[in-house]
Amino acid sequence: MNDSPVLVVTGLAAGVADEDLDILKGVDLAIRPGEIHAIMGPNGSGKSTLAKVIAGHPGYEATDGSAELNGEDLLEMEPDERARAGVFMAFQYPVEIPGVSIANFMRTALQSRLEDGEELDLFDFQELLMERMELLDMDASFAQRPVNDGFSGGEKKRNEILQMAVLNPALAVMDETDSGLDIDALKVVAHGVNTLRKENPEMAVLLITHYQRILNHIVPDRVHVMVGGRIVESGGPQIALELEAQGYEEYRKAHAA
Amino acid sequence: MPSNEVIQGLGLDDYKFGFVTDSEPVFKTRPGLDAEVVRQISARKDEPEWMLKRRLKALRIYEAKPMPQWGGDLSELEETLSRTYFYAKPQEQMERSWDDVPESIKQTFERLGIPEAERKILAGVGAQYDSEMVYHSLKEEWESKGVIFDSIEDGLKNHPELFRKHFGTVIPAADNKFAALNSAVWSGGSFVYIPPGVQLETPLQAYFRVNQERLGQFERTLIIAGEGSRAHYIEGCTAPVYSTDSFHSGVIEIVVNRDAYFRYTTIQNWSNNMYNLVTQRALVQQGAHMEWLDGNLGSKLTMKYPSCFLMGAGAHGEILSIAYAGDGQHQDTGGKVIHVAPNTTSSIVSKSISKGTGRASYRGLCKVYDGARNARSNVECDALLINETSRTDTFPYIEIDEKTATVGHEATVSKVGDEQLFYLMSRGMDEAEAMALIVRGFIEPIAKELPLEYAVELNRLIELEMEGSVG
Repeated sequence: MNDSPVLVVTGLAAGVADEDLDILKGVDLAIRPGEIHAIMGPNGSGKSTLAKVIAGHPGYEATDGSAELNGEDLLEMEPDERARAGVFMAFQYPVEIPGVSIANFMRTALQSRLEDGEELDLFDFQELLMERMELLDMDASFAQRPVNDGFSGGEKKRNEILQMAVLNPALAVMDETDSGLDIDALKVVAHGVNTLRKENPEMAVLLITHYQRILNHIVPDRVHVMVGGRIVESGGPQIALELEAQGYEEYRKAHAA
Repeated sequence: MPSNEVIQGLGLDDYKFGFVTDSEPVFKTRPGLDAEVVRQISARKDEPEWMLKRRLKALRIYEAKPMPQWGGDLSELEETLSRTYFYAKPQEQMERSWDDVPESIKQTFERLGIPEAERKILAGVGAQYDSEMVYHSLKEEWESKGVIFDSIEDGLKNHPELFRKHFGTVIPAADNKFAALNSAVWSGGSFVYIPPGVQLETPLQAYFRVNQERLGQFERTLIIAGEGSRAHYIEGCTAPVYSTDSFHSGVIEIVVNRDAYFRYTTIQNWSNNMYNLVTQRALVQQGAHMEWLDGNLGSKLTMKYPSCFLMGAGAHGEILSIAYAGDGQHQDTGGKVIHVAPNTTSSIVSKSISKGTGRASYRGLCKVYDGARNARSNVECDALLINETSRTDTFPYIEIDEKTATVGHEATVSKVGDEQLFYLMSRGMDEAEAMALIVRGFIEPIAKELPLEYAVELNRLIELEMEGSVG
């Protein structure tokens, strides 16, 4: 297995575009192929901002530091270029696209990865989509529904996982994918991620979460605690359990100064 | 209430609800149009005396009516009309060469993947159509069933009684200024007759006879669907219709007799210098069913409100429309449903997209006459704004004189949001592709009603349009 990191974040500072205040205040992070890193932190710690800055959300702006995907400067790229380079973000709040079926959406996304003049083979695509849906125990009719339109919270998250499965990214960023999910939906999502990792052991995962419970189902290699825009502690999965017992209060106090 | 009274009472000029202001007519006789010109047109077409008289009378009505002061900006139209050749012969128009067609139009044809032969027809420079064989076999089928599908000129020549019985009964010359103009100078268009009980599977496509006479500047179409018949007529295409003319004013009249079903589909994409002012209306008799499927792209200003007059009990009218207003364009479109008889039902679904400085206005009328018991109507109009500079308005006019009527109206305006764009881009689509996908999704409820090849063309066209929308 290739051991050079997929994602390298160095001294990254970032905030809301056009505002002076940095939310991220120097974040360092390196994720190797196949690794799962969890970032945990209280509300307002900046963990979701990190996800959005990596994916290229136009509402956020990096002010210092760097973020590289396989050696390529992510911060210089448009969001679509990042996606084509191998970044996938599962949204906390997936957006509704009325009138566009999931199948059509995925076809367009795959087509956008091809060279100009190259056409996605529709039969190959259909086969891939069906195979991915089967892998995730999804009913084929799901792909005919308009993207997130009228979906329950759980269905929206399943749709994110399906997209991840079809697009097969080098780096999957999961932005609080577990928030608002009941335990059954959470298990479905976790099962999806674990299944995909079995299929593609090289896929790196950056899992942003407020709660420990998803880490019972997706076991991280590393856990980072983020407070006040910085990673204040990193370690093995046991950190998550400690956090569960103690809460973020200790960290908050230690870094309030 | 006699039907002619209803029709006369509801012309474009006669809106009592803000469509019209009573300003004095601004009128000057133009050298381009007078009785002599009208006589020449009629003589060239070898018309019977009654038609000439009709034309001359229509001309007087046209001259007397003021320019509408509602809807779009027609202030420059007088000037445009003074340059308009009302008597241009089709054969002269055909003489334009392919070299004269602007490069931008040629490129659009190219990118839409329209075959060479078809491109030339669309650009008004050629007269051959690939599908002549297809047309011939269909023609045989139609003829064996007694279906008439002719140019409007041949309709008048070959079926004088049928023609005279219906011509101008749905849209009289006095209906509005541009109906009067069309009635005076009409040229080109289709004449269609479906005998009672005849059901056609294959749509009648104006394409098929475009080699006989290209779509005229003052096209006139008359369609009569016999009792219990069923048919679908398709006109136009999504490729831009290039014309050196800058004014198009058509009149489409349809009679849908008892228990018949008729659908009229038109997708038009005019070049951006064009005023497109069209009156299209159907009289829908007892138990009959009429659908307008109307797509408007391009032009400088389009004013077009397909109408269903529901004359007989249980008649149903449906209007589905898409309008796309690009930079500097104004689409003033919508629909009108007039309930005259009991248990009539109608629905209007209108979707508009405004891009750049484009403006899309929905203008619709739902009128229920006293005595149209249990009439039901539902109007839904949705607008999508692409840029900050884009504009949309809604002018729904509702007049109900019947207590038992049920009328619903729903309007939404949405903007392509940053969050929506980011979501699509985070999956790898560039901004233009993302926009196009959002727009395609928005019009999907109507696009899915189109024949496949039209839906495909429409989608491709929207992709092209969206390429210029970002930055």
